[in-house]
Amino acid sequence: MPDDLLRLDGLTKAYPGVVANDDVSFDIREGEIHALLGENGAGKSTLVKMIYGLVKPDKGSMTLRGKPYTPSEPSAARQAGVAMVFQHFSLFDALDVAENVALGMENPPKPRDLARQIREVSETYGLPLDPSRTVGTLSAGERQRVEIIRCLLQDPKLLIMDEPTSVLTPQEVEILFETLRKLKSEGTAILYISHKLEEIRALCDHATILRLGKKVATCTPSETTARAMAEMMVGSSFASPAAKAKTPGEGLLRVDNLTMPAPGAFGTPLRGISFELRAGEVLGFGGVAGNGQDELLLALSGERTSQRGTIWVKGADVSRDGPVERRAVGFLTAPEERLGHAAAPNMSLTENAVLTAGRRQRLVNKGFINWGRADGFAQDVIKRFDVRTPGTHVAARALSGGNLQKFVIGREVAQNPDILVVNQPTWGVDAAAAAAIRQALLDLAAQGAAILVVSQDLDELMEIADRFGALNEGRLSALRPVADLSIDEIGLMMGGAHDMEVAHVAE
Amino acid sequence: MIRLEKRPQPSKAWTVLTPILAVILTMIFGGIMFGLIGTSPVEAIRTIFWDPLFHPQFANFSRPQLLVKAGPLILIAIGLSIGFRAGIWNIGAEGQYIIGAICGAGAGLALYPMESALILPLMVVAGALGGWAWAMIPALLKVKFGTNEILVSLMLVYVAENLLASVSSGLLRNPEGMGFPGSRNLSQWSSSQNLELIPNTGMHLGVLTAFIAVILAYVLLTRHIQGYNIRLTGEAPRAAKFSGVSPARTILFCLGLAGALAGMAGLFEVTGPAGQISIDFGSGYGFTAIIVAFLGRLHPVGILLAGLLMALTYIGGELAQLMLGVPGASIQLFQGMLLFFLLGVDVLTNYRVRFGAAEVA
Repeated sequence: MPDDLLRLDGLTKAYPGVVANDDVSFDIREGEIHALLGENGAGKSTLVKMIYGLVKPDKGSMTLRGKPYTPSEPSAARQAGVAMVFQHFSLFDALDVAENVALGMENPPKPRDLARQIREVSETYGLPLDPSRTVGTLSAGERQRVEIIRCLLQDPKLLIMDEPTSVLTPQEVEILFETLRKLKSEGTAILYISHKLEEIRALCDHATILRLGKKVATCTPSETTARAMAEMMVGSSFASPAAKAKTPGEGLLRVDNLTMPAPGAFGTPLRGISFELRAGEVLGFGGVAGNGQDELLLALSGERTSQRGTIWVKGADVSRDGPVERRAVGFLTAPEERLGHAAAPNMSLTENAVLTAGRRQRLVNKGFINWGRADGFAQDVIKRFDVRTPGTHVAARALSGGNLQKFVIGREVAQNPDILVVNQPTWGVDAAAAAAIRQALLDLAAQGAAILVVSQDLDELMEIADRFGALNEGRLSALRPVADLSIDEIGLMMGGAHDMEVAHVAE
Repeated sequence: MIRLEKRPQPSKAWTVLTPILAVILTMIFGGIMFGLIGTSPVEAIRTIFWDPLFHPQFANFSRPQLLVKAGPLILIAIGLSIGFRAGIWNIGAEGQYIIGAICGAGAGLALYPMESALILPLMVVAGALGGWAWAMIPALLKVKFGTNEILVSLMLVYVAENLLASVSSGLLRNPEGMGFPGSRNLSQWSSSQNLELIPNTGMHLGVLTAFIAVILAYVLLTRHIQGYNIRLTGEAPRAAKFSGVSPARTILFCLGLAGALAGMAGLFEVTGPAGQISIDFGSGYGFTAIIVAFLGRLHPVGILLAGLLMALTYIGGELAQLMLGVPGASIQLFQGMLLFFLLGVDVLTNYRVRFGAAEVA
């Protein structure tokens, strides 16, 4: 086919313990906008890193305009005409636009010429940008324009864009789409990575869908419904779960208009989150990563305390309490990151048992740690949750991801909490272990505990949750019973098609 | 290309053997260095490591010096090591040591010439409080404004040194001292003197306190939840926050404890071996204790041994200068080598070296 720009043939890349890409093949044609679609962890990033020369494939080949293409590093990719705009920008706040652009070029022209070129490109493509402005004063959308212009100055044949709209306001998205359509009309191909289905339907000519590292389908987005694409993305295992006839118990945890600023430059602020968690129920929060999941967890665990009157446990205000006080009233949490957050990597499992269970399991008496009891508790957790380890003396980092996950979730479940909040409880865990963890959560709920599961695995939430809500840019959607939710509605709740107000982009 | 790869579980045996290996390597390379400057390597090493303890002529004098020198080093290093365990880098123990001595001596001299058995305990408390207060400056600045405790505590050493110069020729100057700078001799005033508890051993109250501190630090770190929280903060700060450890409280505790112990060390020194507040009272113990803390791998028992070893190289080094005429700089180089080899061998305990091209990821 003469109009193939880039052909990928059997690309495979394995990391220890996980195959990120498994025999992926597809073609990108000249002048098309090609969507790469998939859930988190589907292997999108690894694939584009291979195209951009950041990662070498284990197997497979790439052909660019009929010639073998094996970029050894990003500069080789740029020379071949492949440019990439990353999700997180690499710009220096203290320098101006032209200086930042010059830093990313192999042979930058003289400053005056460069400023002129920047102006030309920015006018041609409808990307308003003043080359003399300091980057620190620009909005996120304007910063992205700097990155795009830096790419365009090198006259690329293929432009890779990694989730470009995640930091943009709707107005900026429109501007960006105009630019991309203009580029396409001039013959530049664009590889567009996203999981926002409506965007892809509006913009892209073809779509390749990845799931668990494999290419599962291709389609023409404009002729495919969002529902069909979502099903391809997550697999067709969206069997409606049997209606769970449970009488909800009393409300144990109430979150009332929880609003918090973002903790750092790449954090997400929480905006007016309210919900109630009742005894015996499992509530599931879905959403694309980076929409406030981690921030919500920090606020619930007590690592970041919120304004008075925002978090209530059994009728008492715990908003200003730290993690220790919250655990004392039976409110336990398990964060997503196992090593370094839920567990100390270099400490033994016994020591890690003390990390959250010290007070509740009476492992500490008058300030002194009872190591015998702590070891006993760690052994209980290991036995009950089938953690594969030579013993409790082993450092946490010596355990495999799945085994450590079983340990840190088990450590909280074994403390018989009244309220348990878990983030990504089965992330990176093999199927059998995941099923065991889910069953443990369901058993805990059956005993009358209230459980909140935050996860990006929709199958998981459909399987165990009674009610579902989606986090989107730090907001929580309305909560709906899982039993009468359709995939279309879930897509809408997650994808933010309802969310047309201007997002507050962090300065 | 050479890469370092973290070992999943460093060998227990090597963790213990590293310091010994480092000492042997220092002896070998130090010996080569002494050889290069024209001194017999064997004789130099023997003079440094053996003669202070067993030389028929000098050992009687130098053997007690071992404890006199090791005492303050161990006491200060124990305090520092607890902060280091939590990732709190107090570099200013020298300043806390000086201020502790000034405050303790000042409290005692205010009561001169009263005679009471309560004066020395009072001075110890005042010394500890002085060191504690001096360490609270970087601690509070860090907690309130996020300043870097390394810089602040280090700068305060120079402030303390100037205060020392000022009080020894002003506020605390001996009125009967014919105008010479320096305070009254505290080791000659029976209410304040800190004498050897057992004759000819160098064992004074400060050394005893250091030994007690070793035991208490061991209990704190292995048995007590506060020690656990400190270790957790150093190992994984985010896990510590998740566990519910307050970073601010940890900073205040660690810096405060290190300051108080350094202040006590200063007080024991000024009432015993040094005898008086004088311009040259600051002896560098506060800085050397940092090396001792690391040489002892931040472990209380390790610090006990490292303090004794360090004291030995000091005494032996002086002896070598005296008897063999080697330059003082070569002794400092020798001590530097010890730290260098310890840290170098340490890296190899925790990492394995891999040759070959690294993959870009």
